[in-house]
Amino acid sequence: MAPALPLLTAEEQGMLAGDAGPATALGMRLVVGVARATGAERLVEVASAHGDGCLYHGAAGLEFTERLVEFGGRVRVRTTLNVGSLDLLHPGTVRADAALDTNARRLMDAHVALGCEPTWSCAPYQAGHRPSIGSHVAWAESNAIAFVNSVLGARTDRYGDFLDLAAAITGRVPFAGLHQDEGRRAELVLDLSGVPGELLDHDAAWPAVGALLGDLAGTRVAALVGLPGDLTDGGTTEDRLKALGATAASTGGVALFHVIGVTPEASTLGAVARSGAPVIPVTAADLRAARDRLSTVTEGRLDAVSLGTPHFSVAEFAALASALAGGPAFARSLTVYVSTSRAVLEQARALGYADTVEGAGARIVTDTCTYVTPVLDPGVRTVMTNSGKWAWYAPANLGIDTVLGSLPECVASARAGEVVRDGRLWG
Amino acid sequence: MGASGAEVRGRTLTGRSLHPGSGTGALLPLGAALSFWGGVDQEGTVVDHHHPQHGSSVTGRVVAMRSGRGSSSSAAVLAELIRSGRAPAALLLVEPDSILVVGALVAAEMYGTSMPVVEVTPDQLSGLPGGGLAHVAAGEAAGPATVTVEEP
Repeated sequence: MAPALPLLTAEEQGMLAGDAGPATALGMRLVVGVARATGAERLVEVASAHGDGCLYHGAAGLEFTERLVEFGGRVRVRTTLNVGSLDLLHPGTVRADAALDTNARRLMDAHVALGCEPTWSCAPYQAGHRPSIGSHVAWAESNAIAFVNSVLGARTDRYGDFLDLAAAITGRVPFAGLHQDEGRRAELVLDLSGVPGELLDHDAAWPAVGALLGDLAGTRVAALVGLPGDLTDGGTTEDRLKALGATAASTGGVALFHVIGVTPEASTLGAVARSGAPVIPVTAADLRAARDRLSTVTEGRLDAVSLGTPHFSVAEFAALASALAGGPAFARSLTVYVSTSRAVLEQARALGYADTVEGAGARIVTDTCTYVTPVLDPGVRTVMTNSGKWAWYAPANLGIDTVLGSLPECVASARAGEVVRDGRLWG
Repeated sequence: MGASGAEVRGRTLTGRSLHPGSGTGALLPLGAALSFWGGVDQEGTVVDHHHPQHGSSVTGRVVAMRSGRGSSSSAAVLAELIRSGRAPAALLLVEPDSILVVGALVAAEMYGTSMPVVEVTPDQLSGLPGGGLAHVAAGEAAGPATVTVEEP
């Protein structure tokens, strides 16, 4: 009879047996349980983790995390943390009732007690946590997974609540999926060479590409050809790939995409695509349709504008501050929110961007995000955003209407108090 | 493995267990993948406006779909639904979804409630009827699981 899978090393067997304490044993039961389900033959050591279990979803997550603390659990590898349900730097930003306030804080505290870093960001890759190419990591949060796999070339499968902490505490994950060369091959190719360059120079095109990618790829790995420039020349920038990946992970389940000639594993199409992978030509009309599915309204009065999902980067702060310099403030009839990490905010303050943004009337939110916890005023009905992910989830999460626009369009709309978009580029 | 005791008349298919357990409920085949986070509220109702089964309840149903989609927070949402008694009776998936399996594993560790998760083939998924009572019995992960759908 074949041995039961996964095959464990002596150290891993010891962890499962409780030699490293009950928290490690519990973590190992989860890692091995998933390995069995996915058919992994062995486990692999990870260099770091990013956990997203610190957002409060109910008692189960809190009770699990506090049990690990009671069991004396401690992370074995560097572990950053995703957003929580509270803005700890700006009390009062989140309209939490007493129960949410207490439970959300307990959950965040329990993660720190396990040795995780209180980064509270969905963009840890822009807050100092950048694993090296080819390294195995255990990351949670769908946009962070897509970014670390695609843009940094590290290797993570899709981890979520519980398994992220289990991996951080055991230092192991199943050797399966996107950890393996075979799992990282593109099964389809999107050819964007037919899309006008002026449209791809428009920020809102990138979440539209992401939405289309999510639709076409689902959970499969895809390659994209025909995107402009590279990561350093202002063409296919990190922030554009962040927007693309976050949207593709939301509308589909994309965890890895290769941009040929841009992302680190994708020097050529032949290097990453499965032979015979279908090539799908993309037109401006396709992107327009994808963009339109990210909006529930197209015009009219706005109650708020939400920027920074995933968390705003220093470069995005610079672009926003530049767009605001010398211009009018935002309309008083709406509120502009900018969500970011405390690490990026510190830099944006030092560089003067944060003062410019606040001077125009914006509210900066850290440690959390405006669509996962009560931040927006109860009367808010219609919100503009530059984020495809925000636009995708907010109607269900918050019961509001959304409209997607570029950063300049969001600025123009925030000044006018109503939707201002330039439709000419979209064909 | 039988479908829990008394003989049930109907069509039986054999899948692969992703998480052990047994459960019975009305079959709910989903027309699209569903992310539990952002897609299902704490009452167990599908609230994803983009989803064809928007407004349906997953509570007590045998939910069949191609894959879990989107957010990695779905594990916590599923575990919380199991804790609160509003979870599906079982999940049938074509693509083994580690996020949903972890939600089931944690709920079993913490609350002793073992919701079966079963991998089925695309043909088995598309061959399921649109409704009817389904009995799911799954052994240890990677072993066999049976799904019996009663004839109306």
